[in-house]
Amino acid sequence: MRKVSLDSINKVFAKISESNKLYLPVDGSDGVAVYTEWSEGKEWSNALNTVRSPKDFFFPQMENLMEFKTSGKNIELVDIRDEKEDFVIFGVRACDVRSFDILDRVFLSDPVDSFYASRREHGIIVSVACSKPSETCFCKTFGIDAANPDGDVTAWKTEDSVYFVANTEKGEAFMKKIEDLTEECDDSAVTAQKERIAKIMEKLPLADLSTDAFGGGKTDTFFNAPEWDELSQTCLGCGTCTFVCPTCQCYDIKDFNTGNGVIRYRCWDSCMYSEFTKMAHGNNRLSQKERFRQRFMHKLVYYPENNEGIFGCVGCGRCLAKCPISMNIVKVMKKIGGNKSE
Amino acid sequence: MNKMEETLIPKIGVITDVRIDTPDIKTFRVVTPDGKKAFDHRPGQCAMLSIPGVGEAMFSITSSPTNTEYMEFSIKKCGCVTEWLHQAEVGQQITIRGPYGNPFPVDDVFAGKNLLFIAGGVGLAPLRSVINYCRHYRDRYGDIDIVYGSRSKDDLLDYKEIIEEWSNDAGVNVHLTIDNPQEGWDGHVGFVPNFVKELGFDTNKTAVLCGPPIMIKFTLEGLISLGFDKTQVYTTLELRMKCGVGKCGRCNVGSKYVCKDGPVFRCDELEELPDEY
Amino acid sequence: MQKITKDQLVEKTVALLSDGTVSAVLGWSRGEFDYDITPAVFKTAEDLKENFVWNDFCGANFSKYLVAQTGKVEGKILVFLKPCDTYSFNQLLTEHRFDREKVYAVGIPCEGMADIAKVKEIVGDGIVSIEADGENLKVSTLYEDAPALVNAKDVMAERCVNCKSKKHVAYDELMGDDGEVIESNRFDEVARLEAMTPDERFAFWQNELSRCIRCNACRDACPACTCEKCVFDNPASSVENKAPANSFEEKMFHIIRAFHVAGRCTDCGECSRVCPQNIPLHLLNRKFIKDINEFYGEYQAGAEVGSRAPLVDYTTEDLEPGEVFDRGDKDA
Repeated sequence: MRKVSLDSINKVFAKISESNKLYLPVDGSDGVAVYTEWSEGKEWSNALNTVRSPKDFFFPQMENLMEFKTSGKNIELVDIRDEKEDFVIFGVRACDVRSFDILDRVFLSDPVDSFYASRREHGIIVSVACSKPSETCFCKTFGIDAANPDGDVTAWKTEDSVYFVANTEKGEAFMKKIEDLTEECDDSAVTAQKERIAKIMEKLPLADLSTDAFGGGKTDTFFNAPEWDELSQTCLGCGTCTFVCPTCQCYDIKDFNTGNGVIRYRCWDSCMYSEFTKMAHGNNRLSQKERFRQRFMHKLVYYPENNEGIFGCVGCGRCLAKCPISMNIVKVMKKIGGNKSE
Repeated sequence: MNKMEETLIPKIGVITDVRIDTPDIKTFRVVTPDGKKAFDHRPGQCAMLSIPGVGEAMFSITSSPTNTEYMEFSIKKCGCVTEWLHQAEVGQQITIRGPYGNPFPVDDVFAGKNLLFIAGGVGLAPLRSVINYCRHYRDRYGDIDIVYGSRSKDDLLDYKEIIEEWSNDAGVNVHLTIDNPQEGWDGHVGFVPNFVKELGFDTNKTAVLCGPPIMIKFTLEGLISLGFDKTQVYTTLELRMKCGVGKCGRCNVGSKYVCKDGPVFRCDELEELPDEY
Repeated sequence: MQKITKDQLVEKTVALLSDGTVSAVLGWSRGEFDYDITPAVFKTAEDLKENFVWNDFCGANFSKYLVAQTGKVEGKILVFLKPCDTYSFNQLLTEHRFDREKVYAVGIPCEGMADIAKVKEIVGDGIVSIEADGENLKVSTLYEDAPALVNAKDVMAERCVNCKSKKHVAYDELMGDDGEVIESNRFDEVARLEAMTPDERFAFWQNELSRCIRCNACRDACPACTCEKCVFDNPASSVENKAPANSFEEKMFHIIRAFHVAGRCTDCGECSRVCPQNIPLHLLNRKFIKDINEFYGEYQAGAEVGSRAPLVDYTTEDLEPGEVFDRGDKDA
């Protein structure tokens, strides 16, 4: 384990920035933390997390896939994929680190999505343990340890220092770069922090939330549950939950006519949107209830069914904080799971 | 740089023939610019066709895999992409990617079986591939019955091929029907589900259904009343798709993705899916 | 501290449900936390007694829900309307968006709603309970032994700080006392933006709108956005987009939306309340309101049912386009 004093953390950022783009949460003018490229003068935010999750780094809200040039009856296809450079995402919370695993299982399964894969390959993740979880946090429900996040490097921030441990080869390389700025240390401060956080995790209001009722093979149990009507009755059908969610990965592919050719791009899409399943000759989910149900069934039943029981939620709490009507996965789990767990 | 293979990036295809099948269905022949077949496929698999700037959509490959020269797509006009295609002329380039989805189990489950193909309207398009595959390897299968119906005689897809080729094959029985009586039609008149019941097939067959959802529903009921088991009946699903490889999320029903786990399903497998397809 | 209590509202509602005046109630339902409140349709006294809540976090404006819910309920639906909600209610009636006969509107006074983000700015994260305590909110957190006392005025939502009216302009029944239309300072921020140079103003909006994730929450919560099929959901419109192809398109979405609701926006502030990215979207709409007031005389959308909004009403005194143009030119 190595450490650097908090006063010198900007030196670490400066050192890393010499060779790689470095992104970290920085408070914006309105107080909302946003992953921002570090440059001199930018300060690492104290916010627990960003509203917009770091899934953007691997699965951006919008990305161009290819271009077409047409002349007469002919089409020319331009492969615009370029070589990515290594970049560092610093300060990723345990929940968001887990979200990358969940996205990996979609994008890196055969056939591999090369757009995602190349970013993933070049991304170096420096996670940071949570020291002040919010009441909306429930990562523990999904077996995530907020005090000991995964990632290429794990960091712990205390009152006066930042501690680092490398977990992967990429992480070792990262630590090598900042070797001169950090010093070897024992893990007593980190152990103390872990113990303190563990106690807080126990006290969180959602600490007892359980996934026991859910998982693969439960489609019949929940699909026709009468509670969906009530849960979805005031859903606005907006995409807030989907777009702030670090694990939501549905996308749309669209063509944009530039007047000088066509750009085919991909963008986030939401199963909450009325057009999501609309075809030229019909729509298999006509009501908001059906769309609402799809989102939660996917996270709690369908995804685990296809992924060895792993749920499609990391308990980051963004949807709890941001849904315009305060409807969220916790309410869904308690309502429809409440009377079904043995 | 050595770029990874990327399924979302299509190949260029050229339309080399456009056949007007019915008032709203045309069949397009597609090859690569150097005149080859774009890729190999299995019966029942699909491909994504697109016209840049208009959109991309999934279509079943109508031609048999045994055709090594080109692919054919029978496409009904019903949306942006299909309307554009219907205006396309020979020589028009499009994009093509695939093959996507699971094929009909022609080499294992179907082998040695008597086969019953039942199609309605443009539903013959995906079946044509498997029918011609089975005709090509005729000795691998038992009797083949084909029940096909459409609104009118003019709406019967591949009519010429059905009459001139399929009907003349030994051991292949073709049963055609149209919804309403029509001058010049002395064949059966009536809906497909009723026709199937009237024909009263023996249950020693594996059935494949394709057509509008309402036809599938009633035909399946008819087959069951004749004593068929759902495990003997296959069908195909169609939902909105964007990626074709089970990632974009649109065609997700239950734990299945129609693009990757389908489009071919056995009817008992469908029962395990939530009812929203 | 709200002047009317939850118990009073529940008592009233249970009475109206049991005597058959109404068959359903649009109200606020309690959640995991004291600020975590979901709009809900209540149909039984038991449900109301157990789950109904009324506190400083009941900001949701129910008017728009009437468009969908009046069609789903047999008999009348009771809706609680805060003063600002009544303007949206009237505006929707003006636009014939729901059947007035299906609604039993209960006006309730409002002392202003709190913004949880402002509460967290003061007390920090980890809130486990918030109770009203006179003029204060008593906030307990995971990290402090003693609860913090926060003056409700200090954590009031922007739209409530700049409240335009405590007067109910529509109701079947009023609980508590009615208030008055207020001389607010709600246009001050607009004036500040107007005073900027075009470049500064562009930079301001560029910064704000750059955070947009295009979730459509502003549109979907907006009582003025009740089109059956929004142009931005229509694939045939050529502007249908989940994500913008570029930053110009992002601004276009918000500007088009502001134009579409101009003259109909009552300044209820739901757009900014629901924005997950804290974009002050209400300022776009307020700019239109301020301009309309200045060009055509004071006009408040929703103040009465059936009023002709200046933008859809021709009078011989109307400003000539040239005068608007000159004004724009002067600003440039």
